[in-house]
Amino acid sequence: MSSSGHAPITPVGTYIMVFVALLIGTGLTVFAASRDFGALNTPIALGIAVTKASLVCLIFMGVRYNTPLTKVVVVSGLLWLLILFGLGLNDYLTRSWMGVPGR
Amino acid sequence: MADVRQTRAGAVSPVAHASAHAEHAHHPRQQHHFYSMEQQLEASILGMWIFLVTEIMFFGGLFMAYLVYRHMYPLAWTESSHELNVILGGTNTAVLICSSLTMVLAVRSAQIGSRKGQIVNLILTIMLGSTFLVIKYFEYKAKFEHGLVPGPHFDPHELLPNGSLVPLALPQGSQIFFSLYFIMTGIHALHMVVGIGLMLVMLVFAWQGRFTPDYYNPIEVSGLYWHFVDIVWIFLFPLLYLLGYHFGV
Amino acid sequence: MTQERHSYLDEPYGLKAWLLTRDHKRIAMLYLVSITFFFMLGGLFAAGIRLELLTPKGDIWTADTYNKLFSMHGVIMVFFFLVPSIPATLGNFLMPIMCGAKDLAFPRINLLSWYLYVIGGIIALVVLAMGGIDTGWTFYTPYSSLSSNTNVTLAIVGVFVAGFSSILTGFNFIVTVHRMRAPGLTWFRLPLFVWAQYATSLVMILGTPVVAITLTLVAVERSLHLGIFDPKLGGDPVLFQHLFWFYSHPAVYIMILPGMGVVSELVAAMARKAIFGYGFVAASSLAIAILGFLVWGHHLFVSSQSVYAGMVFSIITMLVAVPSAVKTFNWAATLYKGSISWESPTFYIVGFMGLFLIGGLTGLFLATMGLDIALHDTYFVVAHFHYIMVGGAIMAFLGGLHFWWPKMTGRMYNEALAKTSAVLVFVGFNFTFFPQFILGYLGMPRRYYSYPDELQVWNVLSSAGASVLGLGYTLTFCYLVYSLFKGELAPANPWGAKGLEWTTSSPPPTFNFDTDPIVTEPAYDYKPHGTEVTVG
Repeated sequence: MSSSGHAPITPVGTYIMVFVALLIGTGLTVFAASRDFGALNTPIALGIAVTKASLVCLIFMGVRYNTPLTKVVVVSGLLWLLILFGLGLNDYLTRSWMGVPGR
Repeated sequence: MADVRQTRAGAVSPVAHASAHAEHAHHPRQQHHFYSMEQQLEASILGMWIFLVTEIMFFGGLFMAYLVYRHMYPLAWTESSHELNVILGGTNTAVLICSSLTMVLAVRSAQIGSRKGQIVNLILTIMLGSTFLVIKYFEYKAKFEHGLVPGPHFDPHELLPNGSLVPLALPQGSQIFFSLYFIMTGIHALHMVVGIGLMLVMLVFAWQGRFTPDYYNPIEVSGLYWHFVDIVWIFLFPLLYLLGYHFGV
Repeated sequence: MTQERHSYLDEPYGLKAWLLTRDHKRIAMLYLVSITFFFMLGGLFAAGIRLELLTPKGDIWTADTYNKLFSMHGVIMVFFFLVPSIPATLGNFLMPIMCGAKDLAFPRINLLSWYLYVIGGIIALVVLAMGGIDTGWTFYTPYSSLSSNTNVTLAIVGVFVAGFSSILTGFNFIVTVHRMRAPGLTWFRLPLFVWAQYATSLVMILGTPVVAITLTLVAVERSLHLGIFDPKLGGDPVLFQHLFWFYSHPAVYIMILPGMGVVSELVAAMARKAIFGYGFVAASSLAIAILGFLVWGHHLFVSSQSVYAGMVFSIITMLVAVPSAVKTFNWAATLYKGSISWESPTFYIVGFMGLFLIGGLTGLFLATMGLDIALHDTYFVVAHFHYIMVGGAIMAFLGGLHFWWPKMTGRMYNEALAKTSAVLVFVGFNFTFFPQFILGYLGMPRRYYSYPDELQVWNVLSSAGASVLGLGYTLTFCYLVYSLFKGELAPANPWGAKGLEWTTSSPPPTFNFDTDPIVTEPAYDYKPHGTEVTVG
């Protein structure tokens, strides 16, 4: 533990394991995309991407050891992205719902 | 001095702070308006994450455009995506993942006080980042040659296995796909360039022995930026390259 | 009595010391000078508009020039005046002091934010010299991305740079409030100005990047022909509107929330009473910031947005009025049975409360989809947002400027002139913008330089009011500048107000406090009249 009281130092082994997991994830994504799973292709690809991003975020970026405030900041960023996507797509996906021509 | 509550900022009571001050001078890297190195580091990390949130929203606008147009032109999306080179894209993904490893090892080297570790890993990170950009250059060059750059010269052609270029009829919306492809990967590449610049600066600092286990804020927050740029690519790769991959493989 | 002045204004001395300063107070003053310049420039464009609208025909300017006038007025007033106004001046000055800190978390980034603002401003001036833009401050595609012959790309660069400046300000404030409060200063002892600035900073961080990328897309489409908004290629102009308003609606909360924070401070000080319902007012700042992100589609009611989405946005828009109403009720409750002293800041906050009320209520008319179909793009909308931005935000800014003027400059201004110009501003404002509600109701479209003859009387009234308003602002500028040289020296606490800023000298020393403060009292800890020892 460093004298500044900062987070514990992660062992090299952990970093290597994450690195290998990320490479495997990439390979999996490419493999899954080469098969036709129909409507599942996209969720599979995104699911793997989210897992990889989480590994980078929590372990490489060290968010698992950060203060609760930092974690709130990270989550807020993602939440706001979802607001943009959600309320934005709320228009495009509901275009014929109310039976008004053209809207 | 009654009722001095501990604030959530972890503020120490003035009595404790004054006596700590008397015991040792401020760390040479501690800025005047902070009362401890820990406060300074936490402020730096918090600050960098807030900046990364702005970057999330910045790229977010592009992803929003992607989602809307993919909804509107699903066929254009799969057909155009098929024209992207998955091998180069996949290689670039692996390159960036390696660079994230070397980046985190560079920060770790600073945490344990290894100057050599910092220098080696920073150089590797810079080299891997540059490799990414070189591969990107070749990808873009191929797009130009195949007439896939939107604008007045958009004239899609496909490279057949026998080496000949044949015209390609792409559906309505394909120019938008390629515009988004260039804009998203282009802005990502710009961020990589900035990242490499940052790492060069960190390399100079590491060479000068500036980072110690007590103080490594700049390399830590630069690392956060680097990893973020990696995460953006982790999403760009499947969304841009892999949509049309199961056609004609 | 001569005072030994060792304030932040005096030392270190020299232009270089000012231009390379890291002192948040000096940066605040640098900003004050810059935004005043842009306010005057934006005002000149407004004068051009109101001059033309004196007569029903378009006779002073060509249609193209008129388009440029309202576009430049909007771009300058929104991006170069209102967004930075209170945060970069009063916010920069007061936030560290109100938190009991020596400076913001990142002083060099604070200086960078001013330089970025100036660079953005210079780019805007270059655009102006090259003829300005004519797309409206809203840059709607495909006109802005494909057809406009003006310097849209350069204007976008200027706005982008200025936007980045506001991001840096916001992020500095957030880290400061979280990590740099003095011992004993818990969240619920913070002044409400800090809560309001904090909420504003959240909006700056989360919203500005989206308009940055959106405008970048327009610039890229113009310059590199990588089109995503071009209808011929299948592009969707409504997508631009979604992305643009995702920021630009929360942006209006960037422009009003700091003003509300100022009003909270002034109401408490001028009524010598703690703010009624402190917790609710603090929470309402956060509620406005968050809910404000969920309503942008009310700008798209008459685009081809789906009716269902319109309904969702309409309902949430009505909800976002609630926290603003909570604040207004709480300010009124604070004034009730308060010991009100009628100084010039009081004039401004009372003016704010009335005008913000009208502006806010007329927003509900526009939130109602059925009404909006008739009112969209008419002068009703123009009147609505000017009531909030000018009657609200600018009056709050002026009130705060007057209230903290002694603290920032160490001088008192002429009170009689201040009261006079407050009245001039209030009267001039109402004559300018109330007729515009009527014009909108009667169907006059916005951004038009000509109108039917029967609407002339309202337009003349509006232009006459604008002259009085301009006079009021000019008078304010004159006596404030005069006070810098000839004003009476100010005591540490001329208003007898509570708050950390009043415990230090006027102006404060460079590191704000002579001894590090420790906070033991709640905010606005005014004692009942008669038990207090008057200060100053």
